[in-house]
Amino acid sequence: MTRPLIWVPFLGAIALFAVIAWGLFRPADRVIHSALVGQKLPAFTLPPIVPGKPGLSTAAFATGKPRLLNVFASWCIPCIAEAPQLLKLQQAGVEIDAVAIRDTPAAIADFLARNGDPYRAIGDDQASAVQLALGSAGVPETFVIDGQGRIVQQHVGDIREEEVPGLIAAVRNAR
Amino acid sequence: MKWLAILLLALAAPAFADSNQPPAPLANVQLKDPAKEAQAQALMLTLRCVVCQGQSIADSNAEMAGDMRSLVRTRIAAGESSQSIRDWLIARYGDYVSYDPPLSATTAPLWIAPLALLAIGAWLARASFKRRRSS
Repeated sequence: MTRPLIWVPFLGAIALFAVIAWGLFRPADRVIHSALVGQKLPAFTLPPIVPGKPGLSTAAFATGKPRLLNVFASWCIPCIAEAPQLLKLQQAGVEIDAVAIRDTPAAIADFLARNGDPYRAIGDDQASAVQLALGSAGVPETFVIDGQGRIVQQHVGDIREEEVPGLIAAVRNAR
Repeated sequence: MKWLAILLLALAAPAFADSNQPPAPLANVQLKDPAKEAQAQALMLTLRCVVCQGQSIADSNAEMAGDMRSLVRTRIAAGESSQSIRDWLIARYGDYVSYDPPLSATTAPLWIAPLALLAIGAWLARASFKRRRSS
C-alpha cells in the first residue's frame, strides 16, 4: 500500500465522527409540513357541529376573499392557548373557518363558551378525513387560503402572540 | 397534607392528547375479504404514522394512525390500488410518509451506496488476491 493511502481509514473515521457530531448538535426538523402548500384546497363537505353555525365545504373558499382555515379540537390543550390569538385575528378583520377533529357538539359548545368564538363556520370531521386530505399532522394547525381557494401558507402548532401580525399580513397579501 | 398530595399524585392519570371519540370504523376491524385485508396490511406496514414518527400505521396506537388505517381499508375495500393510496398520501405529506422510498435526487445515495460499497469490496478483494498470487 502506498504511503498516502494509509491515511484514508483515519480520514474516513474523522468524517464519520463529524457527521455524527453534526447530527447531534443540529437535530433534524421533525415538523411535518403539508405538501399541498401552493396548491388548490382539496374538495370536501363537512356537516355543522354546533347549532347556529354552518358546516364547511370547499365552496366557501373560492369567494375572492382570503381567509384562515383552522384545524382544532376541544380536547387539544394548545388550542386553548391559541384561542386569544384567533380572537385578535378576527378583530383585525380576518375571517376564520374551522375544522373540528373528532369532537362532539357539547364539547365544542363548551370550548367556545370558555375560550371565545372566532369562527364563521365549523365543520365536523369525525374520522380526521379532511385533516388527512389537507396533509395536516396534528392540532392545532392553521392554513392561509387565498381568494381563489389555494393554500398559500401553513402554520403548524398554536399561534403565538408575536405571530399574529405576520398572519394578518399573510392574509392581506393572499389575493 | 403532604401524604395526601403524594397519594393524589400517584393516582393522577397521564394526560393523552387524544379525543374521547371512538376509533374510526375500520381502524381496528379487519376487512371481510382476506385477500383485501392482506393487501391493506401490507400497505399499512409501509406507511409512516405522522404523529409517532418512528412507527408504521399498522404498529401505532395513535388516534391518527387509526384514522389512517381506516382510510387505507376503506379505499382498498372500494377497489383502489395500493400504489394509488400511497401516491395520495405522498401528495399530502411528502415522501416522508412512505417507508418505501422512491428513487429521487435525495434518496439516490440510499440506492447507490450499497452498489458502490460492493464495487469497492470487489476491488479490494481483487487487489489482495493478486498480491497473494505474485508472492
